[in-house]
Amino acid sequence: MAEFFDIYVVPTAWIVGGVLLIVVPVLLSVAYLTLAERKVIGWMQLRKGPNVVGPFGLLQPIADGLKLFFKETIIPSGANRVIFLLAPVVTFVLSLVAWAVIPFGAGIVLADVNVGILYLFAISSLGVYGIIMAGWASNSKYAFLGALRSAAQMVSYEVSIGFVIITVLLAVGSLNLSKIVLAQAGGMHHWFGFSMLMPMFAVFFISALAETNRAPFDLPEAEAELVSGYNVEYSAMTFAMFFLGEYANMILMSGMTAILFLGGWLPPLEFAPFTWVPGPVWFALKIAFVLFVFLWVRATFPRYRYDQLMRLGWKVFLPLSLLWVVLTAGWLLAFDMVPPAGGL
Amino acid sequence: MTGDPQIKTMTMNFGPQHPAAHGVLRMVMEMDGEVVERVDPHIGLLHRGTEKLIEYKTYMQAIPYFDRLDYVAPMNQEHAFVLAAEKLLGITVPPRGQYIRVLFDEITRILNHLLNLTAFAMDVGAMTPMLWGFEQRELLMEFYERVSGARLHACYYRVGGVHQDLPAGLTDDIRAWAEQFPKFIADMETILNENRIFKQRSVDIGIISAEDALAWGLTGPMLRASGVAWDLRKAQPYMVYDQLDFDIPIGKNGDCYDRYLVRVEEVRQSLRLIHQCLDKMPSGPVIYREKKIAPPTRGEMKRSMESLIHHFKLYTEGFHVPAGETYTAVEAPKGEFGVYLVSDGSNRPYRCKIRAPGFPHLQAMDYMCKGHMLADSVAILGSMDVVFGEIDR
Repeated sequence: MAEFFDIYVVPTAWIVGGVLLIVVPVLLSVAYLTLAERKVIGWMQLRKGPNVVGPFGLLQPIADGLKLFFKETIIPSGANRVIFLLAPVVTFVLSLVAWAVIPFGAGIVLADVNVGILYLFAISSLGVYGIIMAGWASNSKYAFLGALRSAAQMVSYEVSIGFVIITVLLAVGSLNLSKIVLAQAGGMHHWFGFSMLMPMFAVFFISALAETNRAPFDLPEAEAELVSGYNVEYSAMTFAMFFLGEYANMILMSGMTAILFLGGWLPPLEFAPFTWVPGPVWFALKIAFVLFVFLWVRATFPRYRYDQLMRLGWKVFLPLSLLWVVLTAGWLLAFDMVPPAGGL
Repeated sequence: MTGDPQIKTMTMNFGPQHPAAHGVLRMVMEMDGEVVERVDPHIGLLHRGTEKLIEYKTYMQAIPYFDRLDYVAPMNQEHAFVLAAEKLLGITVPPRGQYIRVLFDEITRILNHLLNLTAFAMDVGAMTPMLWGFEQRELLMEFYERVSGARLHACYYRVGGVHQDLPAGLTDDIRAWAEQFPKFIADMETILNENRIFKQRSVDIGIISAEDALAWGLTGPMLRASGVAWDLRKAQPYMVYDQLDFDIPIGKNGDCYDRYLVRVEEVRQSLRLIHQCLDKMPSGPVIYREKKIAPPTRGEMKRSMESLIHHFKLYTEGFHVPAGETYTAVEAPKGEFGVYLVSDGSNRPYRCKIRAPGFPHLQAMDYMCKGHMLADSVAILGSMDVVFGEIDR
């Protein structure tokens, strides 16, 4: 019995504890990201944003969440019930499982797998299924058009994201996220975002906007055309799960940007006051900065049209990132900087 | 399996409950994927029978109906009606009244263009200009409120002039507003004009040539963006427009971007006109005081029995307009707003046909959208500046 306890129960408890330690803060950040979005965009638009529920509107996300929780889930009569209800679950779960491999600090990671970046890539590619399922199962033209747009868009931009990741991998020599971060040690000028991979940093960030269906690539939910896109038929908790999933994905993409290009948990300068700040705090600050840019972009830019978005993905980003893969490889070979297999 | 498979276009309902339908437009769209094959605008959801109702109202009671046609630009439409009645009566407005009318026509033009420009930006996805613009609109509506007591449905113009003189201090406040307003235009232009996404969404979208624009009956900025310098304020000046200095901006390509630019420039020209009106405004009466079409002053009414009777008759029976008919048009912000007024000599119009600029604009929707994508049809609709109060009447 004691053996069973040692082999199964204790490790399971540790894992569950770890999962909770990640999921709860992630969901809380999602809630407050919605508030931050409304506040930041509000200031940019010369208005106040939510400021009634709680001090500075701090309880607004809680109120929104409760409202959605208590509302009735409406299933359209023409919908395929099983898939209709499964779609938000898929989106939501996929946005959470990806966090398993994200390193929050030196050694602070739930699963320190060697193919971390591949895992992330796989999970984010699966995200499109939730949207396709939702659009098809709703049995509505708006939702269907939105889902088709979304699927095409996510698939297109994943290709260039893939090539961008390859350039990083070439420079690191490992698929392990912690090693990718450690390869950028030594201060800001060693971060990939400010090295010769800088153009890839831009491509990755813009592709991340497209991948998460954010402005100016928010075609799937283009309010002016499709009303709300793939989730137009959803209400209450099913809608809330799409919403949570979308925002969790935003944070995840910001986390990936921080890890790949902004040195993850590493401080920007490797001396005294900066090194005192613990790693996870730097990581959170970098994520917050990238998220702010997400919101800033949303308040500033109009929306691309469907064909323009495809053109940007296939005719600009794909050749550029492909070229950069060759350039990076050539650069590393020419100056004898090829990292050893398995990273530094 | 014989013969070719039939490819059916997808039919989509756009509106009437749609955030980009600018009110209660319903468009049945036949689409081949994302490409629009045919657009069939269905109108009438806001039909209130305005023209018929006016036949049962005195001339003064008819004025508020014009506020409620194009509720984004109320005073210009009142102007068309009172101008028509004045033509039948054969009277002219005193100079101060004329300047006040031009001043408020131009304020209204800015009100309308602010909404249209920013709503167009919103239709292509940029939401920030909308909220900036609403702050300016709010300030302008306060001027409305100060002269008429109402922010939106002013009912300020009267046959023979305007209802009351400007309240004390208003001209200074309008001047102060006009001083800070160019900064808003600059901000809006910074965020839109050279924005490459905005240009990709609007340049070469919904092109209409000058000949086609004339053939479809387009007027106002829609026509001018196609390169036709036609503006009723210049072509057949009313009020004091012929004494004021302003330019007519015209476009070159007749696409959504040109329509946007033409409207921005019109806002600037309106600002010039506002400055000129404030500088040149004479003192004196604001309404034509003879022929008993204007109410007597309060003081007179308290003293003279004759005036009291006049007041009572004016507000119950109204004034009689000599028999005749006229088509009178003004350059409303959206285009040529005309009133065809027939009088049989009684105190009520015999017939009042309203020519709303949005109606011909909307009929060109199918022509302009054909072959464009769904997202473009939203942009085209936004650049047309339609308001359903005037189209459905």
